[in-house]
Amino acid sequence: MAYDLIVIGGGPAGYVGAIRAAQLGKKVACVEKERAGGICLNWGCIPTKSLLRNAELYHLMSHRAADFGFSFDNLRFDWGKVIKRSRTVSDKLAGGVEFLFRKNKIDYVLGEASVTKAGSVFVKKRDGKEETLEAPKILVATGVLTRAMPGFPFNGKTVIGSREAMILDPQPKSLVVIGAGAIGVEFAYFYNAFGTKVTLVEMMPNILPVEDTEVSVALEKSLGKQGIRILTKTTVSKGETTPGGVKIFVEGEKAETIEADVCLVAIGVSPQLPGGMQLKVDPRGFISTNDNYETSVPGVYAAGDIIGPPWLAHVAMWEAIQAVEGMFEGKQPRKVSFFPGCTYCQPQVASVGLTERAAREQGRKFKIGKFPFQANGKALAVGESDGFVKILVSEPDGEILGAHIIGAEATELIAELSLAMTVEATYEEIEATIHAHPTLSEAVHEATGAAFGAAIHI
Amino acid sequence: MPEIKMPKLSDTMTEGTVVAWKKKKGETVAAGDVIAEIETDKATMEFESSDDGVLSEIFVQEGGKVAVGERIALVLGKGEKAEGEKAQAPSAPAEKPAETTGKEEKKTSPAAPPAGESAKAAEPPPAPPAGGRLKASPLAKKIAASMGIDLSGISGSGPGSRIIKKDVLAAAESQPPGAPARTAAAPAAGGQQRIPMSAMRKVIAERLLASKTQIPHFYLNIEVDAGQLMKLRADINAAGEKAGQAKLTVNDFILKAAVVAAARTPKVNASFDKDAVIEYSSINLAVAVAIDDGLITPVIRDAQNKSLRQISEAVKDLAARARTKKLKPEEYQGGTLTVSNLGNYGIDNFFAIINPPQSVILSVGAIVKKPVVNAKNEIVPGQRLAIGMSCDHRVVDGAIGAQYLAELRSLLENPALMLI
Repeated sequence: MAYDLIVIGGGPAGYVGAIRAAQLGKKVACVEKERAGGICLNWGCIPTKSLLRNAELYHLMSHRAADFGFSFDNLRFDWGKVIKRSRTVSDKLAGGVEFLFRKNKIDYVLGEASVTKAGSVFVKKRDGKEETLEAPKILVATGVLTRAMPGFPFNGKTVIGSREAMILDPQPKSLVVIGAGAIGVEFAYFYNAFGTKVTLVEMMPNILPVEDTEVSVALEKSLGKQGIRILTKTTVSKGETTPGGVKIFVEGEKAETIEADVCLVAIGVSPQLPGGMQLKVDPRGFISTNDNYETSVPGVYAAGDIIGPPWLAHVAMWEAIQAVEGMFEGKQPRKVSFFPGCTYCQPQVASVGLTERAAREQGRKFKIGKFPFQANGKALAVGESDGFVKILVSEPDGEILGAHIIGAEATELIAELSLAMTVEATYEEIEATIHAHPTLSEAVHEATGAAFGAAIHI
Repeated sequence: MPEIKMPKLSDTMTEGTVVAWKKKKGETVAAGDVIAEIETDKATMEFESSDDGVLSEIFVQEGGKVAVGERIALVLGKGEKAEGEKAQAPSAPAEKPAETTGKEEKKTSPAAPPAGESAKAAEPPPAPPAGGRLKASPLAKKIAASMGIDLSGISGSGPGSRIIKKDVLAAAESQPPGAPARTAAAPAAGGQQRIPMSAMRKVIAERLLASKTQIPHFYLNIEVDAGQLMKLRADINAAGEKAGQAKLTVNDFILKAAVVAAARTPKVNASFDKDAVIEYSSINLAVAVAIDDGLITPVIRDAQNKSLRQISEAVKDLAARARTKKLKPEEYQGGTLTVSNLGNYGIDNFFAIINPPQSVILSVGAIVKKPVVNAKNEIVPGQRLAIGMSCDHRVVDGAIGAQYLAELRSLLENPALMLI
């Protein structure tokens, strides 16, 4: 069967790239080895957001009910249903992607694909049949796998990755999380909220090390208050499995051994290359692409997690659209420069652009505008006054260099600043925009004002 | 480019109708061949192929209307054919290249042949619409303003060809290295001064750019003997002084001569108007007057009916009020012929830019004393006046211009004729 484009992988880069090409009138096949939607939709972004919503509600009811005038005599949760809800959400969305494939007349092929030569993809289908698909263009969007810790392999029960962590049953009494990036922090928050004793271990000086230090420090305080034990500047020297669980040997301020039922390893990802031809890869094993997202083999393109960091679904989708429009529309594709990053614990963390440290390292001249949610009417009214908005504004042009939000709905609030940076709005355009009252978004307005001494409510 | 798309033939066009196909399916086309007639919101226009090849598919039948950017036909180029043959049928005879190519294309990929895609990718992005809104990010505008960079000369690389910060910085870098040195002498701390354009300067910029780029200018010049003119002027002024009359200037005589010559050569007193030439019965004489931040051309209406002295008085009054910006719009609009005189500034000769919709402009220099060879082949001191004439060739041909200048010379060299 001949196509215009064959996409390998049905995750955010793959399915979005396939649909965009179909919208452009191209005949497209998408080969997926497991289920449409990829890690994001099945084992990542989406089901974890479902779990975290449960955690947030439970934490609110178990710890803050009295603030709102509620009391419970017998507050309980059903762990199995907590997990089942997240699976139902994934099932529904995966069905949605398959519907979009049908709607766009994309041939959805379940099986394992390998690029046998330029223009040719061999598929070992799930039903046992074999098929060779042909197209002048191939988009590799095979994504990544959770990376194991050297010398401490996953066993699916007590040493696990994020995939197992979202269906762990029964709930562990104690958990060690190695790695305090977004995934580690989210699971630490989730399990802690439901009463698991959680220790979060991070090698770097702060949790969420890619975020602005001020935000990381504020989150450490908040999560610490919620009961998570946080060990930063701490490395894991050894991990052992024991009959009862795991033993983790760490070295930080002092060396100690942590015993727990389960250890979640969240130290990063490794590339999941397609079979067949060897495509040129970077030193870390991710596929190298040129400005047009084309790999070392002409006609074979790659986008999403497989071409390296940032490993984010929204970046993957954007890259796939850039790549496909480059292939079929004659547009010069763009490569990612700045992008929003979000962590969905409570308080939430969201950011876009440069951190204060990065801006200083680059020698940028800038002012900082900061506004605490404590001074925001809506935040007080809904009882979510933790956190702040911090915006870096260049001098003298007023360019938004970066924005950092910690607090309720931070992950929604960041969109305004992503748009501002994308259209190169300066702080003046944000200042000139009427922000509805009372909303949390007023804190963004006030933070830009604060950079130039114009914040009203502080 | 194998896919021919509905072209955007006007700024406001969003869809177009294929009125007629000028080539049939399977016919060979060459770049520049008219392949179809397309009706836009404004007009029906001929649409040319930009490539050589064979019109292998027609997607929109005659009378069909599609949006701009929709494909309407497929033209397969030579490269296409060669590749198709190489890949699919290396030994196929090339007797019927058109058909073979067409079939091969269908087999491999009916909608989008691969070689065509790469050719398309190499095309430059569409230029931003002329006269449209300048698309630039707020940050780009701010940086450009602070660096004194004109955004209109920059092409944008942002979404929708928007000018973004990167483009402004690139433009700043590509400025000639001499620029900072030149401005270093300026007293301002910033090294350069940005002077916003007044409304008048904007109009001057716009109109003269349009004139110089849209009107096919050509230039004629003559040098006339101004001896008689100087003498007559001295006589008249001497007589007038006793009568308490204002002095006549040299320019007054030239203006009168320009009007009389135009009355005798009416073809120069005309305008180009798309499919016609408008010849005016009145000579509305425009006179360029320098004012504070630009220039203006007040108009002496029906100048053909005015005497030398009436013209002199009119021009004196208009120029004075022009300098104090007290002219009414009807006093500087509707000119049919312009005279610009830089003689007072010591300019020997020059050629002015036509003031549209007029067709000619006279450029008058200074009266200069120089040796001339007279009719007896003697070298004698002469008083010479150089006059340049810029003409719109769409209206005024060289012979007409020459005829006009001959009339003008005759009048200026025998100025008494003007008084009759």
